[in-house]
Amino acid sequence: MKQTDIQTMDPIPSPAHEKRITPDKVKRFLINNLVTILFVILCAVGLRLSGLSMAFYLNDIVSRFARNSFLVLALIIPVMAGMGLNFAIVLGAMAGQGAIIFVTHWGIAGMNGILLSVLICTPIAILLGWMTGRLLNRARGKEMITSLILGFFANGVYQLIFLIMVGSPLIPMKNEVLVLSSGVGLRSTIDLSGGLRYAIDDVIRTPFPQFVMYLSLIGALYLVSVIIRMRSGKVMVQQYSKKRLITLFLLLLAAMIWGLVTSLSVSMINSVRVPAFTMIIIAVLCLFNIFIVKTKLGQDFRTVGQDQHIAEVSGINVSRTRVLAIVMSTLLAAWGQIIFLQNLGAFSTYGSHEQVGMFASAAILIGGASVSKATVGHAILGTILFHTLFIVSPLAGRNLFGDAQLGEYFRSFVAYGVIGVALGLHAWKKLMQAKNQKKV
Amino acid sequence: MITPDVRRFGAVKDTLKSFGLPRIIIVVFLVLLWAISMFLEIPFPQLLSDTLVRWGMNGVLVLAMMPSILAGTGLYFGLPIGIICGLLGGVIAIELNLVGITAFFAAIAFSIPFAFVLGWVYGFMLNRIKGSEMTVATYVGFSIVSLMCIFWSMAPFKSPAMAWPIGRGLRVTISLADRYEKVLNNFLSFNIFGIMIPTGLILFLLLMCLIVVLFFNTKTGIALKAGGENPRFAQSSGINVDTMRIVGTIFSTVLGAIGILVYSQSFGFIQLYTAPLFMGFLAAAAILIGGASIKKATILHVLLGTFLFQGLLVVALPVANKVATLGSLAEISRIIVSNGVILYALAQHSGD
Amino acid sequence: MSNEAFVLDMQDIGKEYFGNRVLSAINLQLKPGEIHGIVGENGAGKSTLMNILFGMSVIHSTGGYEGKIRVSGKEAQIKSPLDAMNLGIGMVHQEFMLIPGYTITENIKLNREITKPNLASRIVGKRYDTLDVVAMRRDARKALDKLDMSIDEWATIAGLPVGYMQFVEIARELDKTNLKVLVFDEPTAVLTESEADNLLDAMRVISNHGIAILFITHRLHEIMTVCENITVLRDGKMVAQRKKDETNIYELAELMVGSRVGEVMRKPREDVTDEKPILTIRNLSVEMPGEEVSNVSLDIHKGEIIGIGGLAGQGKIGVANGIMGLFPAEGEVVFDGKQIELNNPTNAMMNSLAFVSEDRRGVGLLLDSSIENNIAFTAIQRQGKYLKKFGPFTQLDKAAVRQTADRMIKELDIRCTGPTQITRRLSGGNQQKVCIARALMLEPKLLFVSEPTRGIDVGAKKLVLQTLVELSEKYGLTVVMTSSELAELRSVCDRIAIVTEGKIAGILKPTDTDVDFGLMMAGEKHDNA
Repeated sequence: MKQTDIQTMDPIPSPAHEKRITPDKVKRFLINNLVTILFVILCAVGLRLSGLSMAFYLNDIVSRFARNSFLVLALIIPVMAGMGLNFAIVLGAMAGQGAIIFVTHWGIAGMNGILLSVLICTPIAILLGWMTGRLLNRARGKEMITSLILGFFANGVYQLIFLIMVGSPLIPMKNEVLVLSSGVGLRSTIDLSGGLRYAIDDVIRTPFPQFVMYLSLIGALYLVSVIIRMRSGKVMVQQYSKKRLITLFLLLLAAMIWGLVTSLSVSMINSVRVPAFTMIIIAVLCLFNIFIVKTKLGQDFRTVGQDQHIAEVSGINVSRTRVLAIVMSTLLAAWGQIIFLQNLGAFSTYGSHEQVGMFASAAILIGGASVSKATVGHAILGTILFHTLFIVSPLAGRNLFGDAQLGEYFRSFVAYGVIGVALGLHAWKKLMQAKNQKKV
Repeated sequence: MITPDVRRFGAVKDTLKSFGLPRIIIVVFLVLLWAISMFLEIPFPQLLSDTLVRWGMNGVLVLAMMPSILAGTGLYFGLPIGIICGLLGGVIAIELNLVGITAFFAAIAFSIPFAFVLGWVYGFMLNRIKGSEMTVATYVGFSIVSLMCIFWSMAPFKSPAMAWPIGRGLRVTISLADRYEKVLNNFLSFNIFGIMIPTGLILFLLLMCLIVVLFFNTKTGIALKAGGENPRFAQSSGINVDTMRIVGTIFSTVLGAIGILVYSQSFGFIQLYTAPLFMGFLAAAAILIGGASIKKATILHVLLGTFLFQGLLVVALPVANKVATLGSLAEISRIIVSNGVILYALAQHSGD
Repeated sequence: MSNEAFVLDMQDIGKEYFGNRVLSAINLQLKPGEIHGIVGENGAGKSTLMNILFGMSVIHSTGGYEGKIRVSGKEAQIKSPLDAMNLGIGMVHQEFMLIPGYTITENIKLNREITKPNLASRIVGKRYDTLDVVAMRRDARKALDKLDMSIDEWATIAGLPVGYMQFVEIARELDKTNLKVLVFDEPTAVLTESEADNLLDAMRVISNHGIAILFITHRLHEIMTVCENITVLRDGKMVAQRKKDETNIYELAELMVGSRVGEVMRKPREDVTDEKPILTIRNLSVEMPGEEVSNVSLDIHKGEIIGIGGLAGQGKIGVANGIMGLFPAEGEVVFDGKQIELNNPTNAMMNSLAFVSEDRRGVGLLLDSSIENNIAFTAIQRQGKYLKKFGPFTQLDKAAVRQTADRMIKELDIRCTGPTQITRRLSGGNQQKVCIARALMLEPKLLFVSEPTRGIDVGAKKLVLQTLVELSEKYGLTVVMTSSELAELRSVCDRIAIVTEGKIAGILKPTDTDVDFGLMMAGEKHDNA
């Protein structure tokens, strides 16, 4: 999309003859983005097989995007810092979830409840993130498997707290709605309706076409400002090629017009309502990620991610920087889970946080990220693709095999497989690179 | 010249250190729970019987961790693959309507070719991703389990013992009651002081251990261990370390296949679909509890670790039930203990 | 020396690593803008001295250093690279400290980035300042221009030729405005001749800017080209300090090598070359990182003890490693009439060649296995010894292994608690003997031994060498000994081949002069040849 490749800060534009599209280049593009392309095809096929109408699909995907993308974005910073996929965002999610549970128990509803949840979970998430960071520092080189197992471990502790200790003298809680009839342990589902449900989403809801229109407008205005700054020499001219900017501008213009026209028509798409406030929050996080990369802190993250030894010798406190990356990630995951739950409305007390790490990782990998590089663009694209698959699988399964369950299995197979394949490919590429470097 | 060693002190200190903090904690914890259980008048012989059964039942699955560790590929988180081979063998045996001990050994025989092939492919893949084996293995394992779920749902098997009465596919749990349930457990079993000893089961476990020991004393086994301990050393002696790693993976896969069949016959049911998902972690935790590390494992670690881990799980539930009706404490403690132990092993600075 | 203000004054610098003294009583003074050369063999102490100056953790985590360092007259405590940088000491490392995935500018400004405060940083902290890319690129441009480099400052490091990368290293140091002293650690080792010339020119430019330079190298002609003053180190001591005009490469070579009256353990045989060669090496090239062999041809005669010497990184270690198949190699090797297939350890061993690697702990031993298992290992795998056969299956014959181990422990006098002791517990010398025992179990006709006494304390060194001599005499074994310690080669070998820049520079007798050795090792031509 926009300047999402800030992380490498686009190198100098190559001379004209290198810009031509050659078969070799196409091959390289395909190999580098194999997973993403495969997924786009899969989703397209799935959409057709499922027989969903555009309006239904849009409604679902908008909802899923709004509740999941924050969590996916939380993975970016640890990848920058060379710590791989932080499967331990589960701990942050648990902090957020715990906060929501208690706020619901205390009966505080609406935005007040949300703000209180944020207040409660923040210090807890920071503490958990700190502990995770310390542990990962001890397990250098094995960060991903460690964070994976840590997630499982934390899940056990979570169950210990909320199934065994809640209601007991250790954590007294008298609440017939939330607590099991035995008096100890939370019920397996918690319903947030009337309380925190849609607390953030409901702030502003905009019909989809209008949303697209406003979004494109903002985008176009920003582009114009970039062009003006380029003219006045404040931004390095080389960073953005003129052709790219103009194409982008035209696309945004087209989107704006489509949005305007559709919103004035009687299309079903107008009934798809976008939780605009939530989207704004997500946009803020996107901007935050982009901002971090441009700061000294972001540069430190990247340096540590590139080469820990050189970073250390240059005077960067590598251990502390890595811990900071994890703390930020965990904190964002905690807030992300709050967004997630308020949209979901009713959630499984013991289940909805379990897969957070794996789903977010699968999503970002599908979007084209790798263990060593992840951008906002990857997160957004990946969330859309991953959740599209979620939506279409059961329906496609039913239409194809007469069994929705098969669709579900297929979805699991693909999600896990994607991570395994992406990780494997990445490891293999790194090994090949190391071998080639030795020859030099 | 052989000298009396002042360094022997170092050896003693090393043994204590290598016994490790988590193992000491778990042994203490286990003994404590046993003491509490006796205090709460929970019949100890029953506890011990159950522990012995679960020891024999899980032992081979834990044994499957060993070749992978010794070959240098880390904890065998790809155990679900071996398990699936075993389940395939078991299912084929049922389709052929076999019963008794023949069925059991036939199931093993059917599963071994699958295990060889899949183990080879899997080992080949592991060689391409040295250093990231455990992470990738986990996800590939999960992925294959999901793929198999699709297979089980559409499998062309017809045996009424396994298939859904209407439509296609196999049921989630398949009873072995009339076939070979507990066929090993009951073999030559006897009672002593109220403790039921499942002799056949234990003998089978020991037999598997013996096979493993014999293997690692062969020329290939010795080469495999060297390749895992110091690949450059092995290479300089002309050993193809990559081939050794594949051999180790195949061996682990075969043991996994046999292991799940031993487990199922004791349990009385074959469990398809998502059952294999987390078994790799439980087996890994057991061997780590026994004293193994990501790079080193012995038979003693397997036997001791399985006994301690299962012993803990067996005693935890009744104790928890007596103290307060905490039904799921067993499951939760299993999660916490197994993953906690693996975390400890990972944090041991054992290098990249 | 005169009273002019020294920019760097090192007095009485010494270093001991757990009882092992590697540096003593080094005195060195630098004037601003002076180019000072430091020469020495391997292990002379050059790198240790620079590690001390640059505050590397390997120094102060092992007890620190002795002596005083003054920078511009003020006493300095250097405990980390950051301290050194703040004092104005910069270093161009042998292994570049460059991040390949970063641009030149990012590397130059690593952890010294120029930033501008913004809204967030005013609240949260300085680490959130925005990077001022424009300003950084300007500074990088300036540094590159100082070195006359026209390359774009925003190009990525990966893919640049080595010479360019080195210049970026230098540019990084030049960008540090407080730079007073710049240390070059063997900079020309990886450069082509023309790149090396560029570097020497650049050094002159830098010194003209008033920055003093410490130039560490073994290439004597480079020293003579560019340095004003020269310090020669040997065995951790300062053996001489000369002004360039007061010396020449012959003197420097001689001082570098030194006339160590080592104990001659064995009288060199004069008649070795009378017999036909048992091993002929032709046009051998080996890709061993750091010890590349480009073109070695050598004849080795039956029953001789021949040494392969030379400075570190010149290729001597690569020869044996290449022949024994541990690293990719090309060329022709014929042993005892048979062609040896390269890149194949098995083939070499099947043809009665054996190898004791220089990397004792990394390649030579299974540290967590017993002595007996180590000794028997290769013989088991390559010759099927110590195995009981049961049809297609084999089982280790533990009794036979035990017997052999006992025998070798006695024969080689390996100090241990028994054949079951883990090799990690043994001292360096005894570990080396286990490695030798393992090689001997193959009953080879020729034994390659690399760095046989490296890391072994003085007393044990003699024992290991004695063992090799005895083996040669008792079994008629041909021994090819590669070593960085010239003295030990001269005390034991019949002939010594010197490898410089990946080729055989010549073959000397142990009794040849120090000047001969020094010049050959430094790659200089000897006028009297």
